[in-house]
Amino acid sequence: MSILLSNISKNFGKFSALNHIDLEIPEGELVALLGPSGCGKTTLLRIIAGLEQADEGRVLLSGVDKTEQHVSSRGIGFVFQHYALFRHMTVFDNVAFGLRVKPKKDRPSEPEIAKKVHALLELVQLDWLHDRFPDQLSGGQRQRIALARALAVEPSVLLLDEPFGALDASVRKDLRQWLRSLHHELNVTSIFVTHDQEEAMEVASQVVVLNHGRIEQQGAPSDIYDHPANAFVSRFIGQTNIFTLEQHDAQWLQTSGLQIAEDQHGKVAHVRPHDIDIQKAVDGSTAQAVLKDWQHLGALIRIELVKDSPDDSGATVFAEMPNEQFKQLRLNKGDKVSLRIRNAHWFH
Amino acid sequence: MTTMTNTQPISAPTLRHVLHDPVWVKWLLTAIAVGFIILFLCLPLAIVIFEACAKGWDAYWAALSQPDAQAALRLTLLTALATVPLNTVFGLCAAWAITRFEFPGKSLLTTLIDLPFSVSPVISGLIFVLMFGAQGWFGAWLSAHDIKIIFAVPGIMLATLFITFPFVARELIPLMQEMGSEEEEAALSLGASGWQTFIQITLPNIKWALLYGVLLCNARAMGEFGAVSVVSGHIRGLTNTLPLHVEVSYNEYDFVGAFASASILAGLAIVTLILKSVLEWKQGKH
Repeated sequence: MSILLSNISKNFGKFSALNHIDLEIPEGELVALLGPSGCGKTTLLRIIAGLEQADEGRVLLSGVDKTEQHVSSRGIGFVFQHYALFRHMTVFDNVAFGLRVKPKKDRPSEPEIAKKVHALLELVQLDWLHDRFPDQLSGGQRQRIALARALAVEPSVLLLDEPFGALDASVRKDLRQWLRSLHHELNVTSIFVTHDQEEAMEVASQVVVLNHGRIEQQGAPSDIYDHPANAFVSRFIGQTNIFTLEQHDAQWLQTSGLQIAEDQHGKVAHVRPHDIDIQKAVDGSTAQAVLKDWQHLGALIRIELVKDSPDDSGATVFAEMPNEQFKQLRLNKGDKVSLRIRNAHWFH
Repeated sequence: MTTMTNTQPISAPTLRHVLHDPVWVKWLLTAIAVGFIILFLCLPLAIVIFEACAKGWDAYWAALSQPDAQAALRLTLLTALATVPLNTVFGLCAAWAITRFEFPGKSLLTTLIDLPFSVSPVISGLIFVLMFGAQGWFGAWLSAHDIKIIFAVPGIMLATLFITFPFVARELIPLMQEMGSEEEEAALSLGASGWQTFIQITLPNIKWALLYGVLLCNARAMGEFGAVSVVSGHIRGLTNTLPLHVEVSYNEYDFVGAFASASILAGLAIVTLILKSVLEWKQGKH
């Protein structure tokens, strides 16, 4: 089911949580609402669910205006950050809840409910836990039960609030992949909230970047990474080196191979660490930096460079390259290196 | 080198010394606590039972089967029966409003709920006399319509209602605050109605705390003296509750009657205490 939000605003007292949000999500997408804490992403999710009322604006699901509809009749599935499993019910009863509270004429019979619940528990690979209580489960198991419970009522939209926020790093990695493949299987329009850009890039088919209650950019993960719309998005999505023309000698950047046009409209260059090549300087004149230190990031090496220019206070520049390539350079701490910047994004 | 060899043997006993008081302190504190309980709790209870049975079982039963004692017992039960359900509903509503909604004056309401605890019961009773008594605000209107509140059963119920209204709310508010509303929101998002959510999700989570609050509320409703004494008028057989009957009997030198009635209240207290422990244990388990 497609989701259309038009002109959504929400204030908490004097604090403006959401500011005229317009957003369209096509059917079957897996969308990440990404932003720093306090940017309004959870509030937006709760407004779509009907757990929160917007001060103005409309919420349309599949073209039907649901703004005035109560959460219980919107046909959404909501997965809470802290799972919100019913602690006094078994796993089975938790998943069956949504079916058992249906009005009598729509309610399946108990055998049908049992069949469906077991099928869902198998889908999340936890059928063997059906008679346990929530406090006997691990965080990852609870999260999957919460998902099975939300899916039991066959929601047309699945909403997940920081679904991996409270989990260990290793469990989180597994669950991300699992959620992605589950979405592939079910193809239900899904939105999840996260503050972790890596998670958004890895799981989502569409990413919506929010900041201060506004949408900064919406697009496919690769789009957002390669063509950030503004400085905020560029900084938020992955690491970046920031050079301002006032602070940095334009000469220094040009020596590094960066084209600066005469009518350059931006004054700030954002350069991704992997867009910087380094080489051992053959003589002092081509050297632009001194190698200070490096860290292993698995397959990549992060290289810490100190800019070597007379007017500079010694700003640090980060570069990244594969392990092998770094070994071949045979660099040591304190070596003078020359840089080549392959690509930069310019912002005001 | 010297510091290494010095610190090792000294640090361990020093730590033990700090954490553990001398044995005599332990015994002294325990003795004070136990002595206090014996002197002020067990001894009076024993005296109540001893005095009640001083002239034998027959006199005990005779004292309890007096019409006035029976009437007092009935009125006490009736008062509890009327006020406890009302205050249960009130407590649930107040706890729900305070923990689930944001509204102006919320902290004022939270403070006001505790008012009956901070006001002397006698003053509470007096408030009702000033409102509904013959000289009170509504006195003329009430007597014109032939409604009796003060020195009658409605006054006793109103005073008891006022005195006991914090118990349920005070038990529920901290628990519901701690639980948050996520489970209820989850139930709603799964299509449950508000009523289904309350019965199937909220109530099971708060039931032990709720019962605990009801129990305390009941104990106080049956045992309240001060406020009820002011509004009751001490009419024998009509407006005397059990605690008032104890006082009246005692003042009339009917010691067996006074202590026999008191033994019923003491028995109620013991049963309350046992149930309270059971509920606390149940609550701890969940």
